[in-house]
Formats: sequence, C-alpha cells, structure tokens
Amino acid sequence: MAVSEVVSQRAFARTPPRSATTRLLEDERWLAVVLLLPTVILLGLFIAYPFVDGVLLSVTDARVGVPGSFVGLQNFESLWHDTIFRTAVWNTFVYTAVATVFKLALGLWLALLLNRHFKGKAFARAFILLPFIIPTVLSTFAWKWMFDPTFSVINWTLFQLGLIHTRINWLGDPNLALISVIIVNVWRGVPFYAISLLAGLQTINPELQEAAAIDGARPWQRFWHVTWPLLLPVTMVVVLFSVVPTFADFQLVYVLTGGGPANATQLFATYAYQIGVGTGLLGEGAAVSLAMFPFLLIVVIVQLLYIRRVEVH
Amino acid sequence: MIEGAKWRRWVYFYIPLSAFILWLLFPFYWMLVTSVRPDRELYRPWMAPNYAPFWTAHPTLEHITDLLTGTLFIRWMANTLFIAVISTLISLFCGILAGYALARLKFRFAGALGTGIFITYLVPQTLLFIPLANIIRNFQLGDSPWALILTYPTFLIPFCTWLLMGYFKAIPRELEECARIDGATRWKAMLYIIIPIAVPGILSAGIFAFTLSWNEFIYALVFLSSAEQKTVSVGVTSELVRGDVFYWGQLMAGALLGSIPVAFIYSFFVEYYVAGLTGSVKG
Repeated sequence: MAVSEVVSQRAFARTPPRSATTRLLEDERWLAVVLLLPTVILLGLFIAYPFVDGVLLSVTDARVGVPGSFVGLQNFESLWHDTIFRTAVWNTFVYTAVATVFKLALGLWLALLLNRHFKGKAFARAFILLPFIIPTVLSTFAWKWMFDPTFSVINWTLFQLGLIHTRINWLGDPNLALISVIIVNVWRGVPFYAISLLAGLQTINPELQEAAAIDGARPWQRFWHVTWPLLLPVTMVVVLFSVVPTFADFQLVYVLTGGGPANATQLFATYAYQIGVGTGLLGEGAAVSLAMFPFLLIVVIVQLLYIRRVEVH
Repeated sequence: MIEGAKWRRWVYFYIPLSAFILWLLFPFYWMLVTSVRPDRELYRPWMAPNYAPFWTAHPTLEHITDLLTGTLFIRWMANTLFIAVISTLISLFCGILAGYALARLKFRFAGALGTGIFITYLVPQTLLFIPLANIIRNFQLGDSPWALILTYPTFLIPFCTWLLMGYFKAIPRELEECARIDGATRWKAMLYIIIPIAVPGILSAGIFAFTLSWNEFIYALVFLSSAEQKTVSVGVTSELVRGDVFYWGQLMAGALLGSIPVAFIYSFFVEYYVAGLTGSVKG
C-alpha cells in the first residue's frame, strides 16, 4: 500500500471543496453514464443506426441517388430464385467450413510444435504471426502473383518436382478457384489459431503429461486423453471468434478473383458489393448483406451461452 | 522432448516446423524478390528454361522509385497513418472509460450493456457497409478521412473495452479503496491509480487496434473515391491495376512498403501484441 499512499498524498493532499460535478461523479450510476456515453454514442450512430437503416433499405427498391419506395419482401424473394445468390450461399458455407477445419488442424499442429523448447523459439513465434498482422490485401496480392498461370513460382516448383506436367490455372479454373482462395485464407488464419492455442497449451500443467507418460500412455494417447480435453474450451472460443470474419470475408476474394470465374468464388459479401456498389441497387445489396444475419446470430448466441457457462463454472 | 532415435526428432519436429515456417513466410520473400526484379526478368514465363525464381541477377530499385515518384503512394501512407492513429486514440479513450465502468461500477443494465458491446464485437463490416455508406453521405463525410476515423472505432472499441475489462478486473479493489479513504474522488482514483496500472493492457489494445485499422479494407474502398484520399490497401488495389494490366513490380513494392509500418511497430511490441491477441480470445 506504500505506493498508493505516496501517490494519494501527492495528488489529493489538499482536497478542494467539492463542486456539483464532482459530487455527481461520486455517484456510481452517474459516473457509469458519463464513462459509457462516448462508446454508446459511437456504437449507436455507426452500428445500431445503420443496422436499422439496412433493414429499412432492404424492403425498398432504392438505388444510388434514388430513395426508392416500399416493395415488401420482394428483394428477398428475388434472391431466393437467384441462382448466383444460391451459389454464393453454398460457396460461403463451403469456404467457412473447409477453411475452419484446416486452420484448426494446422494451427493446433503448429501450436504443439511451438510448445516444445528449442533454440530460436521466440523468433519463430514472432515471425509466424506475420501473415496475420500484415494487411490482408497486400499479402493477398503476393498470392495472386504466385498463382499467376504464366509466371507462377508454384507451378515451376511443382513442375521441377515432377508433380505436374502442364500448367495449373489456380484462379482461372472454376473447379480450382475456391480451393485456391481457401488456401490463402488458411495461410492467413493459421498463425492466429497457433498462437491462441499455444497460449492455451501453456496453461496446462506439464505434470499431467508426465503422470500419463509414467502410466505408460503413448504420445498420441497423451494428446487425445490429456491435452485435448483441457484445450477444448480455448479451442471453442478461438473457432467461434474466427468463424465470423471467415463467413463474412470480402477482401481476400475481392483481390484474388473478384468472385469469378463464373461466380465460382462468389461469397455473400462480394455479391452484396457487386449488387450494392457495382450495380448501385442499394435495396437488393442490403438484402444480400442481411441474409448473412441469421447465421451470425446463431454464432453470437452460441458464443454468449458458452461464455456464460464458462463463467458460471 | 521427443524420446527415441535422432531421426524421430527430425520427422516429428524439425521437418514439419521448417515446412510451416517456409509456407508462412515465403509470400513475403516473394514480395521482396519481385519488387527488386527488373521487368524483363519478371515477365519471363515459368516454362522458360532461364526462369530463375528465387533470386535475381540484376536487382533494381526501379519499381520502388516509380512507386514513390510516379504514384500517390506516399500520400496513401500518410492518409492511412493519420486514420489509424486517430481512430486508435478515439477507441482507446472510449475503451478505457467503458472498460473501467463495466469492470468496476455497479449500475442497472451493466450486464446488458456489456453483452451489447460484446455482440458489436462480432458484427462484421460487410454486414453494414451499404447502409453505412448512405449514412456517411447524409453526414457529408463522403470521401473524407473522417468517414473512416469515425467508423473504425465501431470494431475497435468493443475489442478495446473487452480486453481492458479483463485488466481492470485483475487490479485489486483495495488499491482504489485506499486512495478513496485518503480523500480521492472516484474519478481521480480511476485516473491516477487504476489507469496507470493498466498501461500494459492499454498498450496491447492500442497496438492491436492500430494493426486492425491499418488492415481495414471494405469501408475504405466504399467510402473514399478520389485518389488523393485513399488508404494504402485501396490505393494499391485501384491505382496500380489499370484495366487488366497489373504492374506487378510496383504492386509488390507497394505491398512491401505498405506493410513496413505495421511490421515495425509489431517488432517492438511482439509480447504486447500476443497478449492482446490471446487476451481477446480468453475474454
């Protein structure tokens, strides 16, 4: 308490007579109002208001510069019959599911590797996070260049290794494009998984591992019966946190393929951009964006229930 | 750590770890090589017999000088820096106050507000960009850095608040109570006792918020239109690709230089960044 005494003597030795404002701020409720006001104003103006505005927009036929009139659920109805929209929905779910599975598997593997003691561990950990912190659009351009059918270094490497005999058109082939986009998403996401899971691994008492080893458990058994159950809560939170940005991804696809070829990589967000900004159909674009909402809501609810459960225990 | 023969250590540890590092870092090496490679080497098909991918015999600074003198790249860097710094400061200010209130004060709706802020954390930018563009236009903020400075806090504040709440909760209440017994007001106890202790958390939140705003793309793409106002990500995307022509040398030079500020800050504060990252996950 010595520190606080010194500080308080210096800062509060001569307490002036308290003004009305000070007395108001002494009341916990009023202080809370003052402290939360800036946050509530900013989030209200730029999240709650646009959300309501988006819902209102989605039931009109508004275009850029034209306010539009009420059309009911017509936008949603036409989306339901829109084959491109259906492709986008399917792609988004495939993209999210496949990318998440690979990010989790590879991230966990990398976390387990990093959890060992070795020379240069701090360096390795620092460098591994680079794909996650470097602006996505900029690193995605490097991938686009690496995927270029004529100048691709990946093709050259695979050819030299004798794995391929003709060129692979990574982004131009409709069957391959989604896979290529997923590869880049996994590349960007693995560091986040690895470092978060590594933090989780470090909270596990190594004595548990040793005890299991003494009891004769093989490495795989030790992982499956000791490490994995203890890591599961962290894993759940990491997955839930990463599913939302993956599901709503835009920049990666925008740079790599723009949703093509022939909508093979079209996602919710890229399609909403194409309709709302590209074509200028604001009402329909807002409807495409809002169609993401039910899924996001499910993730948020699961997240909240899960966090509450963890807090209770 | 790994029992058994030496080869096991190679198979189970060194080889996979090296493969991971190679895969994760190669694109950055590729940026670097491409940005110093002269055009006649750059546009040599991979099938050509003299294709030499991993190095260049005639390194050149041509692309970098073209980028710096022939485009608005420096302007874009300055714009991005200005927007990232101001929106980070706004978010820290709001996040510190809100985080303190939610961690320490008892008031009605505290739980509901905390949950509300947490939910906004999970709202992706792509859900709201179309109506938000309308609102920005109505507020006369279109094509101005303030359009981004005011909207970036919507995804930074929830993160900062959530992270700092954890830090504030970990500070013992007695510290504050002592100061109050000595005559400090609640406000001063917060300002002079609690906030200084939470400085590591504030640093983590600030660095994380800075990298997030440097990384943001869709709002910048939609809200800004003139070339002089653009951020690095948007400028590189829209001005270095003309029609179907990609200026790969300049593009990679731009990607490299545009990443340096973030990488630079990150290199000094790795530990704080990791604390922010893992703290946000643990909640």
